Amino acid sequence: MKYKTVIGLEVHVQLLSKTKIFCSCGTAFGKEPNSQTCPSCLGLPGSLPVFNIEVLALSLKAALVLHCRIQRVMRFDRKNYFYPDLPKAYQISQYDMPLAQGGWLEIMDDGRLKRIGITRVHLEEDAGKLIHTAAESLVDFNRCGTPLIEIVSEPDINSPDEAYRYLTKLKSILTYLEVSDCNMQEGSLRCDANISLCPAGSAELGAKAEVKNLNSFKAVRDALKYEAGRQKRLLEEGERITQETRLWEENKKVTLSMRSKEEAHDYRYFPEPDLPIFEINEEDIEKAKCSLPELADERKSRFVEQYSLSDYDAGILTSAKPLADYYEKCLVIFAEPKEVANWLAGPVMAELNARNENFSSIKLKPEELVEMIKLVRGGKINSKAAKEVVLPEIIEGGKKAADILKEKNISQVSDEEEIGKIVDEVIRRNEKSVNDFKEGKKNAIMYLVGQVMKGSKGCANPKKVKEILEERLNK
Amino acid sequence: MKLYELSAARLISLLEAGEIKVSEIQESVQKRIDEVENRVHAYATLDRNKETDPSESAGGESVLDLKGIPVAVKDNICTKGVPTTCSSRILEGFNPPYDAAVISRLKKANAFLLGKTNMDEFAFGSSCETSCYGPTHNPWDLSRIPGGSSGGSAAAVASGEAILALGSDTGGSIRQPAAMCGVVGLKPTYGRVSRYGLIAFASSLDQIGTITKTVEDSALLMNVIAGGDEKDSTCSNEDIPDFTKSLEGGIKDLIIGVPDEYFVEGLDKEVEEAVNEAIKLLSGLGARVERVSLPHTKYAVSTYYLIAPAEASSNLARFDGVQYGLRREAEDITDMYKITRASGFGEEVIRRIILGTYSLSSGYYEDYYLKAQKVRAVIAGEFKEAFKKVDCLITPTSPTTAFKIGEKIEDPLKMYLSDVFTIPANLAGLPAMSVPCGFCGNSLPIGMQILAKPFGEETIFKTAYAYQENSQWHKRKPSL
Repeated sequence: MKYKTVIGLEVHVQLLSKTKIFCSCGTAFGKEPNSQTCPSCLGLPGSLPVFNIEVLALSLKAALVLHCRIQRVMRFDRKNYFYPDLPKAYQISQYDMPLAQGGWLEIMDDGRLKRIGITRVHLEEDAGKLIHTAAESLVDFNRCGTPLIEIVSEPDINSPDEAYRYLTKLKSILTYLEVSDCNMQEGSLRCDANISLCPAGSAELGAKAEVKNLNSFKAVRDALKYEAGRQKRLLEEGERITQETRLWEENKKVTLSMRSKEEAHDYRYFPEPDLPIFEINEEDIEKAKCSLPELADERKSRFVEQYSLSDYDAGILTSAKPLADYYEKCLVIFAEPKEVANWLAGPVMAELNARNENFSSIKLKPEELVEMIKLVRGGKINSKAAKEVVLPEIIEGGKKAADILKEKNISQVSDEEEIGKIVDEVIRRNEKSVNDFKEGKKNAIMYLVGQVMKGSKGCANPKKVKEILEERLNK
Repeated sequence: MKLYELSAARLISLLEAGEIKVSEIQESVQKRIDEVENRVHAYATLDRNKETDPSESAGGESVLDLKGIPVAVKDNICTKGVPTTCSSRILEGFNPPYDAAVISRLKKANAFLLGKTNMDEFAFGSSCETSCYGPTHNPWDLSRIPGGSSGGSAAAVASGEAILALGSDTGGSIRQPAAMCGVVGLKPTYGRVSRYGLIAFASSLDQIGTITKTVEDSALLMNVIAGGDEKDSTCSNEDIPDFTKSLEGGIKDLIIGVPDEYFVEGLDKEVEEAVNEAIKLLSGLGARVERVSLPHTKYAVSTYYLIAPAEASSNLARFDGVQYGLRREAEDITDMYKITRASGFGEEVIRRIILGTYSLSSGYYEDYYLKAQKVRAVIAGEFKEAFKKVDCLITPTSPTTAFKIGEKIEDPLKMYLSDVFTIPANLAGLPAMSVPCGFCGNSLPIGMQILAKPFGEETIFKTAYAYQENSQWHKRKPSL
């Protein structure tokens, strides 16, 4: 029998507000444990939550860009459960009156656009973090009260790859909006996945597994692939799927049962009596609409049009907002869209990747990069040397391309006499290639060019080298 | 002159006239505590680590200056560095790192804070017997309960162990003990006083209020503690009048409503007579009396016992042994929770947590919690209608006078009915005050309750003050 895979994702995203959702403590990542706390986020007896209005503006942007209906009245509810990282023993969340409902997100599916429905977007507070040592477990409450939005998708996703694309798209949108940095390593984006199989053509959904402990988009895809396979095997063996929560074991690449439906928590949701019901007025919504920036898709189309870039290049350059911003900053001072695009999408990105950095952490200023590109263009240095010697140094920061040229003595040599000497030497030593060339194997010249470049320690102007070689070989 | 017997208003005028020094007041009260505390046991913690205030009254006419008057604070209101335990073992050793909003205001107003008063554990009770520190005794008859849960505050004020006191009222916890100890207790409108720093019992019902010897002292203390607070989103920004100015408003043409449903079976005859006498007196002063009907009153107790424990079950979940208070070590975290909570909470607290957890459980929520919220709205609506016709309502505060220690502790239902007349005001968020209005044959105080519409405290003050100025009950003192 053929089965259809049905996947729905619950994504938690930390919002980039300066202060927490229900108090005025800071939200910066990686601070000294428990240094960003107050009676409210520590859940001390007698403390009360106060809603941070900055959070509303950010969450409205996210809900709007996901095409959701903003609810005119929203309410917070308490989700009750015991866990040491949850100091009040309840999480302030939203239950039946969330911020927004009924939206969608478009992803590419076999070259066509596919809409994935968004069930709801709701606000809630994050919990703290447990730190386990050999002897004891400690709690860091810094993260307690960091604002989160939970984005719940409809079960419209039909493959692990689609789930991956959905997450990539969601991340791109949310980082573009600057509502979150969506950094999975730091936990600012977390995802749980619901997956079930049903016979192809059937409208009835099968029993689902909720998969947790997914620490990267790749883990989401791997876990869903594994889980789809597991469920398919069971169904084919005539077994029933039990509704349960399963944990992804990254090392073993398997999912393991964590708790069954019967063991599921009863969270005893009820309206949070410490907070009033909030009315979201037209003005708030309008303000959020006006603050929406140009998103990746729109920007990509504009890049293709305005800068005559290929779809592919424009796609890469708009894949992250800091990269696209960087690109346009370069163009302001050096209006060569294609040339700058080649540098950024190629060597600069490769160099950053090698260093585990990206365009939001880049130290190299656009002016300095442009200066180097201009040196290449002016024939002061060949592009290979620029890529391999100059770029790594200027990316490190603090140095100017021109200074590196002097320091390393790698200015491009275009002097005919100087190159001529090396050419003669190479011709003398590579009799076989020279003969090949003379017998009509024109490609043999490339080997000889390479040898000359090597002889010049990479500094010779390659164009000149080829000219001189051709001239002397054809004599 | 026994300074500890005087009202705050009287003491302040003596201070202003230069007839006494503030240190004399403080010493008089401290001496009184030394004298009677071992019999009354009004306090959970006495804050003896400070000198009596040596600073003399600087004069000035600010309504917000308490000039060093000694104030007692219920043990569920956070005081920085002073143990705040809700009279529960589970909060053993908890010294809050911050002051409740009302405490900050008291300190700014130069109040002299004596310590923390005893209460029913987590304010769950009407007799002050469930405290982990043992019961408080009624100053009028030491074999009897002082009422609860703010029994310690009421007993302290009645016995002269404090001039003023703060209590909290979720279902009658200020008014019922005030009635039973013969003092004045005001539960303000929900949202009138910041709850920031009040350890929550039922967040939608809790309200901090005053327990004082006289009506004017209540107004004085309200001037200090009332008002908006950015740290409490449920606290109203409604303007705060000078409450002392409303006292002399007079009650000519005031329309007093007397609800039939508050004069029913179970109401002690002597209490009924005393309240009727008081209404007659008010009528004689020019008020008009009308009978009104609030038919849903009979559902108030059951509604309350679904909503209050539900919120409490969530509010008390944080006492888990992880961050502060009691912890009993165990093999794993779940056992630690279980053992800590089982040994830290008393029987009544455990009963209410289980009750509340049940009414919030999936499958029961709609039938219990949600339905109770609907009834609550009906009860509030009924009051709203009534207040279109009358300015205030007068009822007995509690069906009986103070009962014997141990008399009802084994029968929760009987105990719960002690609050049958006070609970509706909490459900509807109304202000309500208990004022002494007589004594029963065996010399126990009786209280009458005056209710007004939300933010109608001024109506209560002028009515209560008119009654007080034409009666003598508040002048009687227990002989200890």
